[in-house]
Amino acid sequence: MTRLRCFLLVVMMFAAHPALTQEMESTAPFANQQLSDARQEAEAQALMQTLRCLQCQGQSIADSDAPIAGSMRSLVRERIAAGEEPEAIRSWLIERYGDYVSYAPRVTTLTWPLFALPLALVALAAFLLRNRFRRGQE
Amino acid sequence: MTDPSAPPANARRRSWTIWLPLVLFGAFIVLVLFGLFRPADRNVASALIDRPLPEFTLPASLPDHPGLSSQDFADGQPKLLNIFASWCLPCKVEAPQLAQLAAAGVPIEGISVRDRPEALRAFLAEHGNPYDRIGADDSGAVQLALGSSGVPETYVIDAKGRIRYQHIGDIRPEHVPLLLEKLEAAR
Repeated sequence: MTRLRCFLLVVMMFAAHPALTQEMESTAPFANQQLSDARQEAEAQALMQTLRCLQCQGQSIADSDAPIAGSMRSLVRERIAAGEEPEAIRSWLIERYGDYVSYAPRVTTLTWPLFALPLALVALAAFLLRNRFRRGQE
Repeated sequence: MTDPSAPPANARRRSWTIWLPLVLFGAFIVLVLFGLFRPADRNVASALIDRPLPEFTLPASLPDHPGLSSQDFADGQPKLLNIFASWCLPCKVEAPQLAQLAAAGVPIEGISVRDRPEALRAFLAEHGNPYDRIGADDSGAVQLALGSSGVPETYVIDAKGRIRYQHIGDIRPEHVPLLLEKLEAAR
């Protein structure tokens, strides 16, 4: 009985102990608070889904619990509330962090093959299939 | 329809094309192994290198210590701008190196990110205070304006208030000479 109680105590201590993670002491006002205007909040959400968290790089800032993601969410919400266009906010972040911060790829001199290659492959497939069908008809 | 010379030619062509998928697969494995043993650098560097420091004005983090604004740079002397927080573990690791740089006469300005005065005071009491000024960036907005992706980060700002270099992560003893060199070049 005492052993079980001891075990439970240890489990509870670990469950209650936050020091293993890096806890921030304060955060931005709109990190975890939605905008009161539902239309603006929806606009902010849509943008946040397509911005990368700089610390947990597989997550969007809408999904991430990292402190910097909270600051980025607040920045997005504050700027949307101030009437700024979502794409202007995205550009502002790209100007500082590069294209990597955005999940929505842009067509640039570096990325155009990504967009051109699927079209080229579809065209190649159409060409090959046409030859094959024609041969089948003979 | 049937050409007697065609089947042998077809068979000869097939004899080497049959290896093509295996070769492609082998190339793919080599690519994966390359990525596995030499992972890419995942640090997100600021795109503001060689551009002027963005304008900001931050209140003092501690009542008895001056706050920080972008006006405090560009006074003809290169400086270090250190982004830190009391809740950040690597910031404790770099404290001795910052103290060493401060002792060498390097002006160091601080921005405390998402912090609280009590926690910050305890942190400085324990690890020393190398900062001339400390600005409180409680929302992290200035950190984002600087293109900083985490704490700690250290920027070398030149004599005209331009960002010259960004050091991502804690400053280890082996990084100190490079920072001194960058500061010298930023005169």
